[in-house]
Amino acid sequence: MTPPPIRLHDLTCVHDRHPAVHHLSGRFVPGSLTAVVGPNGAGKTTLLRALAGLHPAHDGRIDRGGLAPDRVALLPQAGTLDRSFPVSCRDVVALGAWARMGPFRRLPAEAAARTDAALREVGLAGFERRLVGTLSAGQFQRVLFARLAVQDAPVLLLDEPFNAVDSRTAGDLMALIRSWHDQGRTVIAVLHDLELVLRAFPETLLLAREPVAWGPTARVLSAENRLRARLAAEAWSEESVPCRDAA
Amino acid sequence: MSFHWLLEPFALGFMRRALAGCVALSLAGPPLGVLLVLRRMSLTSDVLQHGILPGVALGALVGGFSLWAMGLGGVLAGLAVALLAGWLARASGGREDSQLAGVYLVALALGVAIVSATRGVDLAHLLFGSVMAVDDEALLLMAGSASAALLGLAVIWRPLVLESFDPGFMRAVGGHGGVWHLAFMGLVVLCVVGGFAALGTLMSVGLMMLPAVAARHFAPDLPGQVRAAVVLALVASVAGLLLSFHADVPAGPAIVLSAGALWAAGLLVGPRESLRARVWRPHLRG
Repeated sequence: MTPPPIRLHDLTCVHDRHPAVHHLSGRFVPGSLTAVVGPNGAGKTTLLRALAGLHPAHDGRIDRGGLAPDRVALLPQAGTLDRSFPVSCRDVVALGAWARMGPFRRLPAEAAARTDAALREVGLAGFERRLVGTLSAGQFQRVLFARLAVQDAPVLLLDEPFNAVDSRTAGDLMALIRSWHDQGRTVIAVLHDLELVLRAFPETLLLAREPVAWGPTARVLSAENRLRARLAAEAWSEESVPCRDAA
Repeated sequence: MSFHWLLEPFALGFMRRALAGCVALSLAGPPLGVLLVLRRMSLTSDVLQHGILPGVALGALVGGFSLWAMGLGGVLAGLAVALLAGWLARASGGREDSQLAGVYLVALALGVAIVSATRGVDLAHLLFGSVMAVDDEALLLMAGSASAALLGLAVIWRPLVLESFDPGFMRAVGGHGGVWHLAFMGLVVLCVVGGFAALGTLMSVGLMMLPAVAARHFAPDLPGQVRAAVVLALVASVAGLLLSFHADVPAGPAIVLSAGALWAAGLLVGPRESLRARVWRPHLRG
C-alpha cells in the first residue's frame, strides 16, 4: 500500500474569520506515522477535519494526491457521536464498506466477512449484535477502530484516539495503529500524551495555529518549541486585524 | 358478552374508509416518526404540520375546496417550511428551537387567518379532522400519500440512518447528507398531508410521533422500534376511531389521545426503560 504524499500549501482554516490553522505548509510523507500535538485551541482538530474534507480551506490548499473522499479515513473525537443510537456494532463496523456498497447496493460478502474479522481484531468477538448504546466508552472506541479497519483507507486521521479509554484499550488500539503503519499507510493522530508521542511516533507536527515545528519527534518536542507553542496559542484576540500575510 | 360496540361502527362506510386510511397512515407514519425522534427533530414535525395549514387553506381558496388542491397546497407549503426550517437551523448556529417555534406560530396564524377569510371552510374540521369527511377521494389521498411515503422511506432507509447516526462520516466518505435529509423531509410532509382529511392538520403528526416516542419502551433496536411503533399506531387508530364514534369526539384528537394512552402505558409498564422496569426488576449478576 503506497498512499500519495499529502501536501499542504500555505493552508489557513478559519472559524468565524479567526484562523484556527494559520499559514501551514508542508507534507505528510507516504507511510509516515505523525503525531499532531499542541495546546487546546491550537487547530489540531480543524486540521484533521480539513484533511478529511470536512472543513474548507479559507486560504491556500490541500493536495491529497487525488485520493477519493473515502480513501482518507477519519476517526472523530470521542463524544461527537450519539452513542444512544439504536444500531448494532456490526452495522456500525460494516459502514466502513460504504464506498463499496453505497446507499442502495447489498453489503458484499467480502465486506461482511471483513466486518466480523475486524470486530475480532479489536477484541470484540461476540459483540456483533450488541447495540452501541450498551458499550463502554472504550468498547465504542474499539468499534470505531474496527470500522476504520473495514474502510481499509491508505490514509488515516485519528482525533484523540485514546481519550476516555483505559490503558489496556489504549495499548490494544496503539498496536493496531502500529500494524497500519507497518502496512505502509499514512497515519496522522492528534495526541496529548507526550510520553506516548516520544515513544511511538517517529514524526511530530507541533501546532499552535501557526506551525511551530514539524519533523522528527525528539527535535520537535524540545522545551523551547513547547513554550513557543503555548505562547502562540494564547494570542487569540477579539480585536484582531486582518492578517497582513494574506494576499 | 357482546362485541357490538366494537364491530358495529365499522359497518358504516365512512368508518371503514377512515379505518383503511388510518391503517395506511399507521404503516407509513410511525417509521418516519422513529427517525424524527432519533434525529432529535421531534419539534420539526410540529413545525411541518402547522406549516401545511396556510397551503391547505390557499388550496381551498384557489381550488374551490377540491381535496387534491388542498393536498397539493399542503405539500408545497410543507416543503417550503421544511426548507425554511432547515436553512434557519443551519444559519442560527444551534439555536434552532427558537427559530422553529417562530416559524410554526407564524404559519398557524397565517393559516387560521386565510381560513377565516374564506367562506365555507369549517376551521375545526380542517384543524382536527372529521371521519365523516373520509369519502373515496379522501381515502385515495390518505392511502396514496402513505404508500408513496413508505416506499420512499424504504428506498432512502440506509443513507438516512447513516446520516442520522454519523453525519460527519457520511460527508467524509463522499455521501451527500443534505440530499437524504431533504428527501426525508419531503416524505414527512407527504405523510402529514395524507392524514389531514381524517385527522386534521393539527393532529395528523400525532399518529406519526406518539407511537414513535412510545416505541423505545417496547424495543431496543431500530427495526424493533419501527415494528413496535407501527403496531402501536394500528391499535391507536382502531381505538381512536371507536372513541370518536361512540363519544362523538373528532377523529384526530380521539386517535391522538389513544396513542397518548399507549405512550403512557409504555412509560409506566412497558418492557423497557419504564417505571415498572426500573422499580420491579432485580438487577442481573453480570
